[in-house]
Amino acid sequence: MSGMRVFVGIDLGSTTTKAVILDDDEQVVGRGITNSRSNYDVACAIVRDEAFVRARFSMTGERMRRDPALGHVSDLFLPLLERHFRRQQHLALLASLRKSMLAAADTPRHRPYHEELSRTIEDIVDRMIERAQEHFAEGAARKSDFFRDIAAADYMHLAEERGNPKGITFETLCSMFDAAILVVENTIEEDAFNAHIRQALEAALPGVRASRPHPPGVPPGGDGDGAAPGALDLARYADALTRAIDDVRSVELIEAATVGTGYGRQRLPFPKEQIRSEILCHGLGAHAMFPKTRTVLDIGGQDTKAIQVDAEGIVTSFQMNDRCAAGCGRYLGYIADEMNLGLHELGPLAQQSHHRVKINSTCTVFAGAELRDRLALGQKREDILAGLHRAIILRAMSLLARSGGIADEFTFTGGVARNAAAVAALRDLVLENYGERTLNISHESIYTGALGAALFAVRAEKKAAA
Amino acid sequence: MSDIQKEPSMLLQKRLLADHFDALARAPEEGKKVVYTFVPGNLNELVRSFDLLPVLPEINALQSGMRKLSGGYIAEAEKHGHSEDVCTYVKCDIGMLRKGNIGPTGKRLPKPDLLLLSYTGCFTFMKWFELLREEYDCPVAMLHVPYQADGRIDPHQRDYVVQQLRSEVIPKLEQVSGKKFDEERLRSMLRLSAKAEDDLVWVLESARNVPSPIDAYFGGVYYIGPIFSAFRGTPEGIEYYATLRREIEERVAKREGPITPDGQLENERYRLVVEGPPNWTSFREFWHMFYEEDAVVVASTYTKVGGLYDTGFRHDPDHPLETLADYCLGCYTNLGLPARVALLERYIRDYKADGLLINSVKSCNSFSVGQLLMLRELEQRTGVPGAFIESDLVDPRYFSAANIKNRIESYLQMLDQKRQSKVAS
Amino acid sequence: MTATLTDLLQLARSLHDDLDLTQVSKWKAAKPGRKAVGHMPIYVPRELIHAAGMLPVGVVGGGDRLEIIRGDAYFQSYICRIPRSTIELALSGRLDVLDGMLFPSICDVIRNLSGMWRMLFPDRYVHYVDVPQNFDPAVGGQFWRRELETMRDDFARLSGHPVDDEDLRASIAVYNDNRAALRDLYRERSRRPWVFPLSEVYLLLRAGNVLPPEEHTQMLRAYLRQAPLDSSRREQDQSRVVLVGMFCEQPPHGLVVTLERAGCSAVDDDLLLGLRWLTRDVAVDGDPLSNLVDAYLTASASTASRYSPDGDRARWLLDSVKRNSAEGVVFCAPSFCDPALLDQPMLVAALDRAGIPHTEFKYAEDTGQFAVIREQAGTFSDSIRLWSTP
Repeated sequence: MSGMRVFVGIDLGSTTTKAVILDDDEQVVGRGITNSRSNYDVACAIVRDEAFVRARFSMTGERMRRDPALGHVSDLFLPLLERHFRRQQHLALLASLRKSMLAAADTPRHRPYHEELSRTIEDIVDRMIERAQEHFAEGAARKSDFFRDIAAADYMHLAEERGNPKGITFETLCSMFDAAILVVENTIEEDAFNAHIRQALEAALPGVRASRPHPPGVPPGGDGDGAAPGALDLARYADALTRAIDDVRSVELIEAATVGTGYGRQRLPFPKEQIRSEILCHGLGAHAMFPKTRTVLDIGGQDTKAIQVDAEGIVTSFQMNDRCAAGCGRYLGYIADEMNLGLHELGPLAQQSHHRVKINSTCTVFAGAELRDRLALGQKREDILAGLHRAIILRAMSLLARSGGIADEFTFTGGVARNAAAVAALRDLVLENYGERTLNISHESIYTGALGAALFAVRAEKKAAA
Repeated sequence: MSDIQKEPSMLLQKRLLADHFDALARAPEEGKKVVYTFVPGNLNELVRSFDLLPVLPEINALQSGMRKLSGGYIAEAEKHGHSEDVCTYVKCDIGMLRKGNIGPTGKRLPKPDLLLLSYTGCFTFMKWFELLREEYDCPVAMLHVPYQADGRIDPHQRDYVVQQLRSEVIPKLEQVSGKKFDEERLRSMLRLSAKAEDDLVWVLESARNVPSPIDAYFGGVYYIGPIFSAFRGTPEGIEYYATLRREIEERVAKREGPITPDGQLENERYRLVVEGPPNWTSFREFWHMFYEEDAVVVASTYTKVGGLYDTGFRHDPDHPLETLADYCLGCYTNLGLPARVALLERYIRDYKADGLLINSVKSCNSFSVGQLLMLRELEQRTGVPGAFIESDLVDPRYFSAANIKNRIESYLQMLDQKRQSKVAS
Repeated sequence: MTATLTDLLQLARSLHDDLDLTQVSKWKAAKPGRKAVGHMPIYVPRELIHAAGMLPVGVVGGGDRLEIIRGDAYFQSYICRIPRSTIELALSGRLDVLDGMLFPSICDVIRNLSGMWRMLFPDRYVHYVDVPQNFDPAVGGQFWRRELETMRDDFARLSGHPVDDEDLRASIAVYNDNRAALRDLYRERSRRPWVFPLSEVYLLLRAGNVLPPEEHTQMLRAYLRQAPLDSSRREQDQSRVVLVGMFCEQPPHGLVVTLERAGCSAVDDDLLLGLRWLTRDVAVDGDPLSNLVDAYLTASASTASRYSPDGDRARWLLDSVKRNSAEGVVFCAPSFCDPALLDQPMLVAALDRAGIPHTEFKYAEDTGQFAVIREQAGTFSDSIRLWSTP
């Protein structure tokens, strides 16, 4: 059995927990994200496992590319395999959910109608299993990748259908789910990759075709059952694929060092030396993503950080929002709720504005009232939103000024960095107040802190070795 | 609290305070007269020279904070129409009054016979005693201490204070006490003040040693206790500071770190200068955040609010009223911002500090307004990085432990990382 | 409305809206070498600035039209708005037209702002005006005289124009005229608030921040003459209230309008109190500095930032209620304003003892939403009229 050293960084944030795994060359091999739940230990374990799964997939890709028999199908096969893997994982969780709900139903309270309740639950979970096929079908769009979100949506829908005011009520069914989901979520699955990958492979191979409209340089699909034109029969690669996956399964991932960070870092089950502040991790992570970074702005759900780093990514100064959380990402959440919009819809709507309203306060306490008042005055939603985005960025500008200004290059991270209207407001204000600056925004910016933590893990290990 | 290491000076201070509050509790039956006054610009020697007993409402408020009573007192004052926006010392005091005026040692505080309003360094003091006057209906002696906007004392400012002492403060003290002003007695007390001040300055400056034998902020608030309150110019004050000095001398000789409630700090890793008052409701928790990171405060400005002695000022018995005027004018928050910056700059350099931390308290605009600019200016002048945290004096609603701990930790890790990168390069 | 009244109000409005102080620039440009000195709210001896040939300019922050980009970087969230917007004005160059800046002793915020000014603008003249809180002529009076002498000498140096007693007497007379016009306006407004609504009076007061006093006096006199000629101004069923708490950070104009629309007619207020700080004429004959000192000691307005030796604050407010036949008091203080908010419980207690209705709310200079205030002031006004109906 061979081994590979990896370095883990975990960022335990207030809304999501992230993990990044690096190899010896400081290259990212795996990432994971999950919602931080009340149980930080579980969130941490889940996200680690997720990152390890990703790491194994990236190793699988690597292994296939190196294999002359598989190199040309790796791009095709990997997503297919992963879809099946996710489905297997989902099915395993559904099985666990079924078990927990049946246990919840088997209590004295539900005795009079226990049989009917159990039947209904079985029935619903059966339907959820069928739906799982659709959720993980090729090209299927999922609103969320979190099990809780997918399962809850399915379950509520089915429970509504099956709930009967005179028999098993919708409310009773909901209470079954609520009791069970916590158990399921908080159950940590050891080594998910090895547990499900063989099943995933088997499910993917017989008769499954990956659609491939224009296969360059690869012979069109062979003689499988009902092969559509333009499809590739993977069955003939089965042996090579099985070997490749078994190789990957046999590699031991040696966790050489782990560093935790984030707002909840005090609650990570790590010794103190393995914990770094999120400021430091954020600075280093941003530096790793964009090596010329000198100033970092992070607007997250609960707080805003302005960080200055030197050429090595070492933090030289930082400022965080004061006790008042006005102007943080959560504020946009309130506004979205109040307007009955999705969070991601706010930015595009704000960008339609031609007459931005001047908003003076981004106080979360008054957000709803102020908004209703303005709408009542006949102000347009897009104009109010444009003003709000600018107000949020103005708060950030103050923190940046307090931390020492905006140097070139400037990296923007956090959930709000995905909001185009916020980014546009930032660009304007930076230009007006500091002149031309290169503004970096990464699609992976949510992993900045975890990446920094993983880099600290590498350094700590190397220092210890030296 | 039983696990806390107690040194002789601490025990002595505890006894002094207990005796003082006992004396205050007995004052009504013994016919002793009581003067309420403030810490900055307090005229303790003058008050004592008339055999009057001082009560310091700020000390009561901070004690209420440490004993976790302030939250209830503040709520009581707010219930009676005091704004949530204003100083929580005032509200804590008013709430305590409404709930029976039980002092820090559990004994009832006597009513004031005089409110000696020394308006030094803080505007709110004036409103505070206007509010107390409504409650007590007793005379007020107003002492307006002008502001050192230029960072120096103008002779006409000193004259103004001296004239007020002569025409306003002394006559009212005479009236309340029924005694004539005894200048000789005042001089003899001022002589005692100067002696204790020498020892205090020695103790504060001992933090120049590496490692520092004291914590000049968390420990410092104990060291300033007697001299900032009822014991300046008294034999008890002399005894306390002599005892304290001997203790610290020993620690210096043994190269020992400061004593904290969690034990002695063994391995000084960070030397910090702190600007701003501490938070009292979570005082020990706050201190612990420094202790667990091996951070020592080597100089602080809060320990100068009741008198700035380490720039050379001592009470001068040869010019009794003038020296009291200079004392009042020289209290830390009565200095203009540029002078405050200069003092902090000196501390950072003289005490070989690694960092500057500002604890900005919501209650105290006198301290807080301008601190962000001070921070920036000091970073530029000294190259020492600064940190900024926010809390309040005695409002438990404004102490977010997780938030503050996060910042302190981040800050110290940043200092550490910078130090490592300097060593590496 | 007559054309001239409209013009006059339009002028006042444009001066109020003019964050760039173009009026001051114009005044300076009219004669080479002219200088202007800014000052924060409440009392400064504007006569001394005027006597040195300079223009005193009241600086009251940026109101609700200024976007704060840099100013917030200097202040924690629990500090009032006026220092932020004032710093913003200065950092954005809008106060470059001022050759000096005075910071009166209103509170710790404005006091410390004076130090910030020294640090941010080391080349400009900055002075902290430490008004006495002792009102004995031999003590506080002597101190204040020395402070006035310092300022007189400073202003002479700044303007290059020595200030002699004659100059000062002339300036005192100019300001006596201005104060007399303001007193007349307040008296007339109290008699017929529907002729002189607060939304207009406020704009006219604000004009006094930037206009030379002579012009401001003319403006006030013209308004006093012309407003009654407008036949559309009819008595309305409004409640008569005294406004308290607006002496430093100024409310947005919209708030004042909201109060009126909610049925509250102001019959007295402490808006821009500094303009009316001295409640009587300053003697013109004799030693002018002594006369200014005497007026300060004996005829100052009573407000939260001034020590009230014998609790005269409450008496002052009760007198105003009585003198102006007010039916209630509206406490309308800026958020985080220490003087106003610390003062309030004492005044509230006095009103309660006297059985005078009152209501309280807070504002900020950039308050954009008035719904809550409208509701509260409206309810208050309605309830007063209900009570006072026999």
